Order: sequence, then structure tokens, then C-alpha cells
Amino acid sequence: MSVTVLFLGPLRDLTGADRMDLPAPLCWEGLLGAVPRTVADRLSEARVRIAVAGTLLEDKKALMAGDGEEVALLPPVSGG
Amino acid sequence: MPRLTLETPADVRLLDSGMSVGEALAAFNAAHPDAGGIATFLGKVRPDDDVRVLELTHYEPLTLPGMRELADEALTRWPLDGVLVWHRIGVMNPGEAIVLVAAAARHRRDAFHAVDFLMDYLKSAAWLWKREKRADGWHWIEPRTQDFADRNRWE
Repeated sequence: MSVTVLFLGPLRDLTGADRMDLPAPLCWEGLLGAVPRTVADRLSEARVRIAVAGTLLEDKKALMAGDGEEVALLPPVSGG
Repeated sequence: MPRLTLETPADVRLLDSGMSVGEALAAFNAAHPDAGGIATFLGKVRPDDDVRVLELTHYEPLTLPGMRELADEALTRWPLDGVLVWHRIGVMNPGEAIVLVAAAARHRRDAFHAVDFLMDYLKSAAWLWKREKRADGWHWIEPRTQDFADRNRWE
């Protein structure tokens, strides 16, 4: 019974890993409490988005991920 | 040799190895025989400073769907025959192609605008993360203020 949390881009460096398995169900407070403090600080920034099962959350504080779902933590992007 | 076949009106790809620019544009040209003109932009890894390599990572469920939406948005905004939006991911060397964008239209202004629009959004809104390796290690790159200002021109 777990949720896979993915750390994209620079968040990966703060965590030292690109993923982490956390117990399901996972809510916003549960996520903040489980990731390193430096990541939790970044997650509070408006520009950092969260997707659950491939869908962006409009309100990341409404996060609720169930067993087997993937939660992606998405910092500001830079392409081109 | 099998000819490259493009999807119309939008051919959108993430490529994990080098792109053949000439082949892509020849195929794009062939796919839009009624266009009066084609505008293209080729973005490359800038060979300056002490950048050794550049790496682009993506998030599979969002990156390509997001690029498709962007291509559809360009097709909605301007009267275009078609667009091509190709973006590299993975590790690239200075001088290598990162991104290739093309727009075919009856009239040149629409094609120029569409390519400009697509590049502004790819730079600062596509789900891609860029870092470069210099002598002292890896550095993550964030869009410059100018990149956001460029994008805001279209809103």
C-alpha cells in the first residue's frame, strides 16, 4: 500500500534520489512531513506544481493520492 | 530507405537521440505542398562559457501532451497548414540541436508568429528541466526574466 513520489529537476538533488515510496493514502501534510525539509520549503512555493497520476493539481494542498498512484513534484521548468 | 512520414497538421516529438534537421524539414515541406512559406527555428546548445554538456529531463505523462496542446494552440491562433515541434531530451554537446520548430502557412507573417510563439512557450512553459555541466559540476538552469517577458507577449 504505497504511493510513489517522483522528484523532478532540481528537487532530485535536494533529495538525493529521484523517487521515494510513501504509505498510501498520501495528503499534502503527509507529503510535507515525509520529504526533506529543503524539499518541503520548495513545495510551498507557488511555482512548484504537483501532478497525481499524470494530472496536474489546481490546488496542491488538496493532494490525495491512493495506493499505486504516482505523485510528481514539478519545480519551475526550463526548456528550449 | 523509408521516407520520414510526418503527422499533420501537427508533428510533435520528444527525441532521445540526435535529430536530422535536413530530413525533418524536407519531410515537413513535402507534407505541406499548398503552403506559401515555411518558417523554422533551430535551437542549439550554445558553445560558450565552459559548458561541457547539457542535459534535459522530462516527465513522460505531462511533457509530450503539453507540447501537443501548445501545437494545437498555435494552429488555433493563426491560419497555418501545419506545425512541427521536435524537442531533444537527454545529454547534448555544445553545437548540437536541442529544438526544431517549423510552421507552414499561406502567408509568411503567420508562420513567423507561430514559430516565435511556440519557442517562447517551449522555453518557459514546457515540462522540461535543463542543467549544464561546467568545470565545477552540474548547474540547473531556470528561465531568465526575459524568457517570461517574451512569453507574456502572447497573453
